[in-house]
Amino acid sequence: MMTVKVNGQDHQVDAEPDTPLLYVLRDDLKLNAAKFGCGLGQCGSCTVIIDGKAVLSCVTPMVLLDGKQVTTLEGLGTASQPAPIQRAFMEEQAAQCGYCIAGMMMRAQALLQRNSKPTDEQIRAELAPHLCRCGTHMRILRAVHRAARLMDTAELVPADKRSAQ
Amino acid sequence: MNASVILDRRRLLAGSGALIVSFSLTNAFAQDQSPPAAPPAPKPPGSLATSPYLDSWIRIDADGGITVYTGKAELGQGFKTAFQQIAAEELDVPFTSLKVVTADTKLTANEGYTSGSHSMQDSGTAIQNAAAQARAILVEEAAKRLDLPAENLRTENGAVIAPDGRKLSYGELVAADRLHVQAQPSSKLKDPAAFKVMGQSIPRVDIPAKVTGGVAYVQDLRLPGMVHARVVRPPSYGAQLVDCDAAAVEKLPGVVKVVRDGNFLAVVAKGEFQAVKAMQALSAAAKWKENAQLPKQDDLPSLLTTTLASKDSVIFERSNPSASSRKTIEATYTRPYQAHGSIGPSCAVAQFTDGAMTVWSHTQGVYPDRAAIAEMLRVPPASVRVMHVEGSGCYGHNGADDAAADAALIARALPGVPVRVQWSREQEHAWEPFGPAMVTKLKASIGDDGKIADWNFEVWSNTHSMRPGGAGCLLAAQHMAQPFAVPAARPLPLPEGGGDRNAIPIYTFPNAHVVHHFLPDMPIRISAMRALGAYHNVFSIESFMDELADLAGADPVEFRLKHLDDPRGRDVIAKAAEGFGWKKGQKVPQDRGFGFAFARYKNLAAYCAIASEVEVNRETGRARLVRAVAAVDSGQVVNPDGLTNQIEGAIMQSTSWTLYERVTFDESRITSVDWQTYPILRFDAVPEKIEVHIINQPGKPFLGSGETGQGPAAASLANAIANATGKRLRNLPLTRKRIKDAIDA
Repeated sequence: MMTVKVNGQDHQVDAEPDTPLLYVLRDDLKLNAAKFGCGLGQCGSCTVIIDGKAVLSCVTPMVLLDGKQVTTLEGLGTASQPAPIQRAFMEEQAAQCGYCIAGMMMRAQALLQRNSKPTDEQIRAELAPHLCRCGTHMRILRAVHRAARLMDTAELVPADKRSAQ
Repeated sequence: MNASVILDRRRLLAGSGALIVSFSLTNAFAQDQSPPAAPPAPKPPGSLATSPYLDSWIRIDADGGITVYTGKAELGQGFKTAFQQIAAEELDVPFTSLKVVTADTKLTANEGYTSGSHSMQDSGTAIQNAAAQARAILVEEAAKRLDLPAENLRTENGAVIAPDGRKLSYGELVAADRLHVQAQPSSKLKDPAAFKVMGQSIPRVDIPAKVTGGVAYVQDLRLPGMVHARVVRPPSYGAQLVDCDAAAVEKLPGVVKVVRDGNFLAVVAKGEFQAVKAMQALSAAAKWKENAQLPKQDDLPSLLTTTLASKDSVIFERSNPSASSRKTIEATYTRPYQAHGSIGPSCAVAQFTDGAMTVWSHTQGVYPDRAAIAEMLRVPPASVRVMHVEGSGCYGHNGADDAAADAALIARALPGVPVRVQWSREQEHAWEPFGPAMVTKLKASIGDDGKIADWNFEVWSNTHSMRPGGAGCLLAAQHMAQPFAVPAARPLPLPEGGGDRNAIPIYTFPNAHVVHHFLPDMPIRISAMRALGAYHNVFSIESFMDELADLAGADPVEFRLKHLDDPRGRDVIAKAAEGFGWKKGQKVPQDRGFGFAFARYKNLAAYCAIASEVEVNRETGRARLVRAVAAVDSGQVVNPDGLTNQIEGAIMQSTSWTLYERVTFDESRITSVDWQTYPILRFDAVPEKIEVHIINQPGKPFLGSGETGQGPAAASLANAIANATGKRLRNLPLTRKRIKDAIDA
């Protein structure tokens, strides 16, 4: 058994040390957001945040996670209580099939946590490891800009006072 | 077989109480219920023509709950939201008060494949008319009960209201089985001026789950007791499994079973990563005899035009000997094999219980897939149910149907256990059926009047659909010990066409000759990819139009308008040019180029014109789209933002195909097997701006728009690169190296 801390909670999981985090998230913890896209670290669909950094969970074995904090998209908010990044993606309708989006959002979230006012160039550079096949790029960029603005104002409003929309 | 389906539906619907006596899809059943044969009447519009009963589309429960049924599959195009808008509008109910059920062989009409930009035209039209007719029936019923003329009644918020304020809810009115009637050939549709829901950019219903980690994809299904399967595919087409000692694999942790059926090899484990490791071990244990002989990558154009046998047909001919010709040019354009490249590799879940097979799949066609899977399993189709669940975007026939067949074949070996099959990235890249390679040869002359006097167009292509079809279209069925042969390829018939889609020019030329060289032999596995032949044909025609404009010394936009009669096409061209700020004799900044292109998809669906600005680095050859301005006319617009999203996506995806993409292979194997060996567009190549201008046509028929941007985006980009460099590139993709070589030549 191994212990992994995800979205603030400790979980005991029965996984081999070489198991990539992605499978533990999806199969043991039944979390949907991190996606299997390539298993090779080439597309970004599986991105989660570990100790504040965007990490590709498909190539991160469990053995490296001791004492670390994992955050997935589920840990940020819900459909009825969305986090700023989630609200921004909804408001910009920044998805077509949406398969790549959760990974994009996690990398953007990590960026915004360390740089609340990124330039367009910085956002593009940050998202470079991520692939989108539907061609939703323009909306993704707009959504990250919007999230930055929302996070600026959201910090002034306690989470339980934020409206769903 | 039909009888059991009907019984099943009767049972299903008997439980639901309200409106529905039966769910009528089969002709036999429809005949049971129909009055004696009447003289043939005009068919009702859209898919009502094939599934005419209103309650195949709209169901209203006694409690007023409304469900809309579509046989089409939501693939990320957003039509589920659009259909909900259409039904809400014509029924006069709030958008949020109804839900939409998509493709499921047990519940919805058979609308074949979700392809060819047909969803709005076929299913959207059926839902619009079914909703309007259902509303009329409810008003009629209310009129009877209230003893008032129907025209004195109005509908609002799910109820029929009398002038004196009396009100009957739809739920109260439907109790008398009133919607189990065949659709009329025409409906009294709402006046577009009165639309409240249609025409609004209502947020998509599927997005909240997708951005919060909800269950949104087939990949997210977790059935009780579900196990994980991985398939070991042959290393190359047609390879034979000569030996596989699976004993060691069967002893690996978590392994439940190794399934082998001829050349079909798979392993099932309790845990997903256990299945991955077992697959690697099984793959190492498998010994294959390879016999594939793939064509030489660099010889593709001559392979297509000379080596492969072709069936030739003249598909368009116009002759006017009085037209003079002065200057003649010719050119050859080529397209390589290209991949759908879904970000999420194909996945399916299947469960075989008590002789019934249930498959959850991101297939684009639940009914055809059901027929193919049933044939593969050698069981009646009625014993198989295929339910569509969204997957990663597919853009055509990717591995979805194959993964569904894999899951069914494996699940049959494990009765009662739900089996989830997940393809690897490498399997998706190597085994998906690609968009076919194509060659076009064009020759045309300019006359004294500066217009095109004659036009010759020839296209060489495989078919553009090897969808099931039959079991022979499924990899698992091809690989079984008692295999199903790949069916003979057939060209897709005009007017929509396949390899010849959009091969007939939309422009008016006094002399024109268009030949389709259909190539039945398929050395590489191919099938439908977004826009089919239209991508390359429009790329060719619209590139050549610029070459001819140059020859005539004319502005490209002006030159197109000179040859185009269709007023809606002219409007779209004018709109894109205006939005871009296109001007005759415009000055282009250093190392930049402007390009323009136009098409009407299939010459039947949405119109799209795109103006592009590119930047070309003369040192490296790198071309980047800086901005694109599109104009689109897709008839009556239902959700403007949804349409804009489709066109933006088409431009980005087509830009990726056009600048970067080419499937590679050696003598026997596909060698582009991941994102490193098959690079696509990344954020560093994303333009500064894409603008989409919509020309709405209130009350006009919906025109499919999911694929209309692919061809124009490619040609617009190519024309802009030619404008920037002074060099014309005719071989896709327009890579950095090819551009650099052209500049240096």
